[in-house]
Amino acid sequence: MLDWWLPENVSTYGKDIDRLFHLIYYITGATLVLVTVVLVAFLWVYRDRPGRRARYTHGSTPLEIVWTVVPALILVLLTMLSVPAWSKIKMTQPDTDFIVQVTAKQFNWQFTYPGPDGRFGTADDTTLLDEMHVPVNKVVRVLLRSQDVIHSFFVPQFRMKQDTVPGREIPQWFEATKPGKYELPCAELCGFGHSGMRAWIYVHTPEEYAAWAAATLTAKASTAGDEKKGEPEREEKTKR
Amino acid sequence: MSATSATAHAHVEHHELGFLRTYVFSTDHKMIGRQFLFLGLLMMILGGALALVVRWQLAWPETPVPGLGLILRETGGILEPSTYNMAFTMHATIMIFFVVMPILAGGFGNFLIPLMIGARDMAFPFLNMLSFWVAVVAGILMLAGFFVEGGHAAAGWTSYAPLAAVPEYTGVNWGQNLWCISLFILGVSSMMGSINYITTIINMRAPGMKLFRMPLVIWSLFITAVLLLLALPVLTSGVAMLLFDRWLGTSWFRPSGGGEPLLWQHLFWYFGHPEVYILILPAMGIGSEILPVFARKPIFGYHAMAFSMIAIAFLSWIVYGHHMFVSGMNPALGMAFTVTTMIIAVPSAIKTFNWLGTLWGGRIRLTVPMLNALAFVSMFVIGGLSGIFMASTPVDIYIQDTYYIVAHIHYVVFGGSIFGAFAGIYYWFPKMFGRMTSPVLGQLHFWPTFFFFNLTFFPMHILGVGGHMRRIYNPMQYEFLQPLQWWNVLITIGAIGLGIAQIPFVINFFWSLFAGRKAPVNPWNATTLEWTAPSPPPHLNWGPTLPTVYRGPYEYSAPESTDDFLPQTTPPVARAGARRH
Repeated sequence: MLDWWLPENVSTYGKDIDRLFHLIYYITGATLVLVTVVLVAFLWVYRDRPGRRARYTHGSTPLEIVWTVVPALILVLLTMLSVPAWSKIKMTQPDTDFIVQVTAKQFNWQFTYPGPDGRFGTADDTTLLDEMHVPVNKVVRVLLRSQDVIHSFFVPQFRMKQDTVPGREIPQWFEATKPGKYELPCAELCGFGHSGMRAWIYVHTPEEYAAWAAATLTAKASTAGDEKKGEPEREEKTKR
Repeated sequence: MSATSATAHAHVEHHELGFLRTYVFSTDHKMIGRQFLFLGLLMMILGGALALVVRWQLAWPETPVPGLGLILRETGGILEPSTYNMAFTMHATIMIFFVVMPILAGGFGNFLIPLMIGARDMAFPFLNMLSFWVAVVAGILMLAGFFVEGGHAAAGWTSYAPLAAVPEYTGVNWGQNLWCISLFILGVSSMMGSINYITTIINMRAPGMKLFRMPLVIWSLFITAVLLLLALPVLTSGVAMLLFDRWLGTSWFRPSGGGEPLLWQHLFWYFGHPEVYILILPAMGIGSEILPVFARKPIFGYHAMAFSMIAIAFLSWIVYGHHMFVSGMNPALGMAFTVTTMIIAVPSAIKTFNWLGTLWGGRIRLTVPMLNALAFVSMFVIGGLSGIFMASTPVDIYIQDTYYIVAHIHYVVFGGSIFGAFAGIYYWFPKMFGRMTSPVLGQLHFWPTFFFFNLTFFPMHILGVGGHMRRIYNPMQYEFLQPLQWWNVLITIGAIGLGIAQIPFVINFFWSLFAGRKAPVNPWNATTLEWTAPSPPPHLNWGPTLPTVYRGPYEYSAPESTDDFLPQTTPPVARAGARRH
């Protein structure tokens, strides 16, 4: 019903977020309508009229218990529904062999692919500026880093956001469900070039991705391999 | 309390003070309250102008802002990204620290506390004066930042490190330094004020003014003072550390020297979340004061109202992590903060339903203060409900750092605090300045403000849900935001309307100040103590004897009175023992 305002969701866990969003929307929307209608009705029904005296009461304990307990129960319910999705998105890292290192800097996104040897920091790595290519329906792990200030990796259609913090490497994951081209804006103020710091994420079909990888990653790797034997510069931690 | 009345009697003989001691370096709590009010209203003009500059850029990016060509000569009035960052940073800084805090805590706190608890002045009048003038020094330093090379602070009002900790990252040098120094000094001012409020409320209540006979606005200011006392020093030390990183080469927040950027966020939000309640609690108190008067009914659930504010204040210390769900903080900690954040919604719900209960069966008169108080309640409801989205961690992943957050904070701080402040100004103006305001101009101010407020801030929810990031200079740089751009135009039209809607307020304020109808002692037929003192109250507030309190603050339409109100000072008649308060 509200799809006209949330952007299209194209990630696996985006559904969980949207479902919670809509649930909270309906609960808070109903509460808002209820409170507003009651408020306006009271203003009309109990308007000052000659000869009427206001009701002298200091409160009602049963009523006050009701409107303490009912919101408390609803909020407990929302907490319980929030926990599984949060735990799935942020607290677990599904197994995958597709890992990309993302380094943010003022005011670009850099994406490093490990190359055929599957390790970072070797000569066959390929680094792309402001564009990322991933296959559809595959768990992608990104290792988020920053060279200078805090940035934020935000993909609206993936319902994904995570700040990148200098001095840390933060692993995150997503699984895109639909091929296409998606914007990746920086969502945390990072200086005068913050606005416009944006990369594109290309989600390909497996065949398209294989072709792109062969043309870009493997080709790069073979030329690099000729110049320098694949000696690891330093061991990168890819898991925590 | 007996000791208090004895010292008060010793002071009661009246002596004439010169102009300087009466209007400038006054130790009279009422004058200091007015001074804080004027400071806040004056700064609101600047804060509002900055907001309009930001809005212009967002609606019509990179076109000359009307009138700004006079200041930004090189660009002909077109905002550059760095100037834009400065504008929204300073809009928030000024509105929070130099408008809402001075008006609500400084202005109403100083003016109302002694008058409503039946004291002749604050416990430490000299400290009180110092608190105001120290705040003025902080204000001057903050304004000075606009004139230094490199411009004013541009790292957001949250000044996240390392962006704010290393001058090269923003290109701002002295602007950010002055920002830190000014807030440091303002922290000292707040501490002096809060010690004063707490001491006064605990020690100087009139005979019979038990804690649970205090008006709720006094409860709210008392709780606010406790929060100020405990929260502001955290910011004060935080900005000192930030300044050391910038100046002395320390590395509290700089990873290059072994520092931790998230430490700044922990310190900032440990202050910052109680701060939100510092901004809203006094408005809740003002609302609780005005609704009973114009519904002619006792407040519904007095004790629940007081205890829910205490609960909010307590919980405000353990919810701050919800600002940091996607910051890189341990996600397990995020889960704990979800629980506390959901819990803090409960006392807010209790307050809302009790305000509705106060209206139920009342005899409601829609005066200008009442309209503003009702706007406060209804807008606070929206601000409170939109907060629930953020409390849910998975939803927050998406809406964090979007316009949804901007909408939420403005529904709380403008819809809540500023409507509360307007309600309070219209309600206590007769007591503050001895003259009535014009109800016609008041209505002319209220209705357009209410309309344009919603036109400005409600669509921001929709932008946020569309994914529109906050603090971006030009939304047209993003393909997914281009179809949403017409909302930005609509919002800016609303914001301009909101600015124009304040003109009747300014006219009303100054016209009433000099030419308003002389106010009677108790123009609203209210029950609390300030309405037993002359309008405006003289130095030391009451004649030789202080009022004695016999009952709770909201005895409206009590069956034993022929009038529809029983002032707190009316001695009980025969069967008074039967009453609850």
